[in-house]
Amino acid sequence: MTATQAKTGEATPGTKVMTLLEAITDAMRTEMRNDDRVVVFGEDVGKKGGVFGTTMGLQDEFGEQRCFDTPLSECGIIGAGVGMAVYGMRPITEIQFLDFIYPAFDQIVSEAAKMRYRSGGEYTCPMVIRSPYGGGIRGGHYHSQSSEAYFCHTPGLKVVIPSTPADAKGLLISAIRDEDPVMFLEPKALYRHAKGEVPLGEHVVPIGKARIAREGTDVTLLCYGAMVPVCEQAAKEAEAMGRSVEIVDLRTLVPLDEATVLESVKKTGRCVVVYEAPKTCGYGAELSALIAEKCIEYLEGPIVRVAGFDTPFPYTLEHLYMPDGKRVLAGIEKTFVW
Amino acid sequence: MTLELVSILDKDGKAQKGKDPNLSAEQLKKLYRLMVATRQLDDRGLALQRQGRIGFYLQSTGQEASHLGAAFALADSDWLFPAYRQPGILLLREIPLQKVVSEWFGNSGDTSKGRQMPVHYSFREANFVSISSPIGTQLTQAAGAGMAAKIRGDDTVFMTFCGDGGTSSNDFHTGLNFAAVYKAPVVFICENNGWAISVPSGKQTASESMAIKAEAYGMPGVRVDGNDILAVYRVCKEAVERARRGEGPTLVETVTYRIASHSSSDDAARYRDAKEFEAWKKKDPIARFQQYLKHKKLWNEAFETECVEGAKAEIAAAVKAAEALPNPGPETLFDDVYMNLTPQLKEQRQQLHDLMEKGGVGAEVGFFPL
Amino acid sequence: MSPAKMVKKKPAKPAAKAAAKSKPAAARKAAGKPAPKVAPKAAPKKPAPKKAAPARPVQGNAGLVRLLEDDGTIAKGKDPGLDTKTLLFLYEQMVQVREFDRRMLMLQRQGRIGFYGPILGQEAATVGSIAALQPRDWIFPALREGAAAMMRGLSLTEAINQLIGNGADRCKGRQMPCHYTFKEGNYYGMSSVIGTQISHAVGAAMAARIKGDDVVVLGYMGDGATSANDFHCGMNFAAVFESPCVLFCQNNQWAISVPISKQSASETIAQKGKAYGMPYVRVDGNDVLAVYSVTKAAAERARAGDGPTFIEAVTYRRLGHSSSDDPTKYRDDAEVKVWEKKDPVDRFRKYLVKRGLWSDAKEAAFKDDIAQRVNDAIAAAEAHGAPADETLITDVYAQVTPQLKEQLGEVLALEGRGVNEGAFPL
Repeated sequence: MTATQAKTGEATPGTKVMTLLEAITDAMRTEMRNDDRVVVFGEDVGKKGGVFGTTMGLQDEFGEQRCFDTPLSECGIIGAGVGMAVYGMRPITEIQFLDFIYPAFDQIVSEAAKMRYRSGGEYTCPMVIRSPYGGGIRGGHYHSQSSEAYFCHTPGLKVVIPSTPADAKGLLISAIRDEDPVMFLEPKALYRHAKGEVPLGEHVVPIGKARIAREGTDVTLLCYGAMVPVCEQAAKEAEAMGRSVEIVDLRTLVPLDEATVLESVKKTGRCVVVYEAPKTCGYGAELSALIAEKCIEYLEGPIVRVAGFDTPFPYTLEHLYMPDGKRVLAGIEKTFVW
Repeated sequence: MTLELVSILDKDGKAQKGKDPNLSAEQLKKLYRLMVATRQLDDRGLALQRQGRIGFYLQSTGQEASHLGAAFALADSDWLFPAYRQPGILLLREIPLQKVVSEWFGNSGDTSKGRQMPVHYSFREANFVSISSPIGTQLTQAAGAGMAAKIRGDDTVFMTFCGDGGTSSNDFHTGLNFAAVYKAPVVFICENNGWAISVPSGKQTASESMAIKAEAYGMPGVRVDGNDILAVYRVCKEAVERARRGEGPTLVETVTYRIASHSSSDDAARYRDAKEFEAWKKKDPIARFQQYLKHKKLWNEAFETECVEGAKAEIAAAVKAAEALPNPGPETLFDDVYMNLTPQLKEQRQQLHDLMEKGGVGAEVGFFPL
Repeated sequence: MSPAKMVKKKPAKPAAKAAAKSKPAAARKAAGKPAPKVAPKAAPKKPAPKKAAPARPVQGNAGLVRLLEDDGTIAKGKDPGLDTKTLLFLYEQMVQVREFDRRMLMLQRQGRIGFYGPILGQEAATVGSIAALQPRDWIFPALREGAAAMMRGLSLTEAINQLIGNGADRCKGRQMPCHYTFKEGNYYGMSSVIGTQISHAVGAAMAARIKGDDVVVLGYMGDGATSANDFHCGMNFAAVFESPCVLFCQNNQWAISVPISKQSASETIAQKGKAYGMPYVRVDGNDVLAVYSVTKAAAERARAGDGPTFIEAVTYRRLGHSSSDDPTKYRDDAEVKVWEKKDPVDRFRKYLVKRGLWSDAKEAAFKDDIAQRVNDAIAAAEAHGAPADETLITDVYAQVTPQLKEQLGEVLALEGRGVNEGAFPL
């Protein structure tokens, strides 16, 4: 967790060391202060402050009209959010776990995503759908899945996944200000593990711009969310073996920053795509196709995917399911020896 | 019209005249034994979690009468589509304790091979259908199973459970509607324990009760004191018989209380008033039933000791045996995704195997927040 | 019965009794304290006006509210006393909708538009309910409430532009016919998915309340939609958050080929309000005066901050589900005949004629006028070309992404691109 970890000592003036979770709360607080159209709602987000604590303190500061608990209905949360956005508010809806989003799938895919297009731009749906995704908490298959690919496959939705506290804040603020619906997926494994300096107050990271998390020359690792620190770990080990690794943290899955991805792969000539969702039809499949389509002539080895298995997410054997440094390292080797 | 709350036992454990279902002494003692054992099992589960020996636990303390009384009204051949707060049914259906405890550990003795979080049981031999975490999904499944039994001409009855929060889910609406339209032999039990994690039932719905929601579907709705095991049993027995006669589904709301927090990851003190909790503690369903047994001269200290100590010993033995079992083998990750392994899964299994041969795969995993 | 009394409420229970139920919200209300959601730290710009706390349990009216008899007479004391202007507006709109409907179905049969969802028989339910609102109120329609857009000022030409899906269509030819959108009229552009607009209507009403706007939202649905997920969560959210909306179910007895008896085992649709603690009322949907009065009372109730009302309008879908459907395959013609006799337009005309407000001469002149206006509108709409190719990729996001530009560019570079020859089955 090198790059995301806080340096010891004092934070730079105007910044504060925060966990990724605190940065998310800070983003919502900042925007709720800025814009009274912003409201936050979902299950247990009020008095309890969210099951992970991401909405802690919001109801105290902004009252029950702007941060409130809903009945236990994802369909209702997203459906009401769409209506609010259409009417001119900026709702931030929370789905407690991404695994519970499916009752609202209709509202997201058929409604939020298509509102602008189907009304010829008359009605729009600027809302944020926040939800923790991924493994790392022993949550079994109903509290651990990475379902981002379903949403990336839906035109009209933007899909954003941060991996550092500063990005989490900056991207979430951009998501709230965006004119379109944004799926803001939070790597729950990093909620408390990722720590770093976060600018106080106004801080914006644009949607659609990837980040070079580490520069290198021999191989590119494409990753996002909780897989970023895993890749950083693998990169360190690879370096010890004489491989110079570049890491691209995508930050936004849709719309993808193709230029940064292609530039890096063209430079290194090798590419490993890392994601924790099941391998088949995961977002990495899209990245692999893109690279094959647009820069195959630069490749010096096969595009390798390191991903979750094509099984439901397990409970006891979670540690085997999740891609880790060793598996990424093995993937890197495959791009050299094939 | 407000639905009345059906009850039989008064607060001193006396049955109201003409309402006693007149269970045999043997049946009454069995029910009591099950309630006590369920509480013991729950206490042990939470203790194991607090000691870090299992990853998660979810208690049903205070709801023993509600689910045991309901399931006791079924025949053994009837099916259950449970939610996650009905552990007493496992004991009622005589699931070996070691299997139950193995599920908590997610070890090789677990029916579901460590694939689910603790308390998500599945026991085919007891017609106890696999529990899932999403709220309410089992309600529609029960309706479908009931429709199937009706088509096939079986006389099986299906009982399914949800909490007060579950009434807001999509599946509550579709499940009850389908069951009513097709007159499926289903008994829907809504255990209204007052809280859906941090949301009180008064904020879950604006309706006067959960039971009245039945009217939206054209089925009977009954509201019963969920801490009165005889009342729950009697109401559910009628609903089960009605279903078996082909007269369709019933919604039963058992009014009870979640004495514990939502789960081992939750702290209810953050959002709920201690006074409310204290008031409900006094309405303990086991103590109330014990009073009734005392009046009937079916309870004495020796019987109590036998129930408590017997359960403790059995549970302790089960924990000891289960904890000694190893984790499921890594190859089980790939089984049961489909009936047969796909070529892709075979390849992935091989890759994992090769990596494990080299060593070092798989690190520590975090904790669960709710 | 006065309209205000049509939605019955039980008097509040004694505070002590309600509090003893240990239901926090109920106890709070009985104690006369505001629900927490209306007590934000920072007061809203214009707090929603609040009368006495609504009583629980709430009771509804499952008996059928009816004012006009079949022969156009009205029982003594039942006339809602609308002024002449309103009465004529209601009637003319109903006649116009019917004529427009007839002509558009013909246009579809001639292959000039691809699909049409006729409203025949439901004119009173739609026109009567929309007319009961203020222009600033919002409308979330389902398939058969297109008339609402036109009543709010969408021109006939613009409506036909949508049906054709031409370059002048507000939704740029992206939706099937009858999916109008008209933002200036606070008329929302619906999707084809059943019921989703119910939650949207409720969400918009929640937003209006948070913002302190004096706006009521009217959300429509059919009988089939009462089985949808969004009915359940929309009704529940509306009641729990006391949102200022009226949810209006046009029970036209048929969801494509499924009759209401197979849709739900409940005796009435209206009583489903009980499940959500929402007042409800069942009204004769072919009686425009009753629909108008009931909706007006519900809208006033919402405007006063007393929360939502559920209305079931009992009416009948006399034609197929749409231009692609043939109802003779699944329903008895005798049933249709019965409902033809209950025609809402005839019934209201008889009333107006009896009151000396309408005549055969007026009818003939008015119909000629509509025919002319529809003809002109068709001609104007058919003169427009197809939407520009670029509209394929605009409005997916606020800004066109590089990927979309690239994808369209590749297709436009090709010669001899395809022609759309598909036919819609339902």
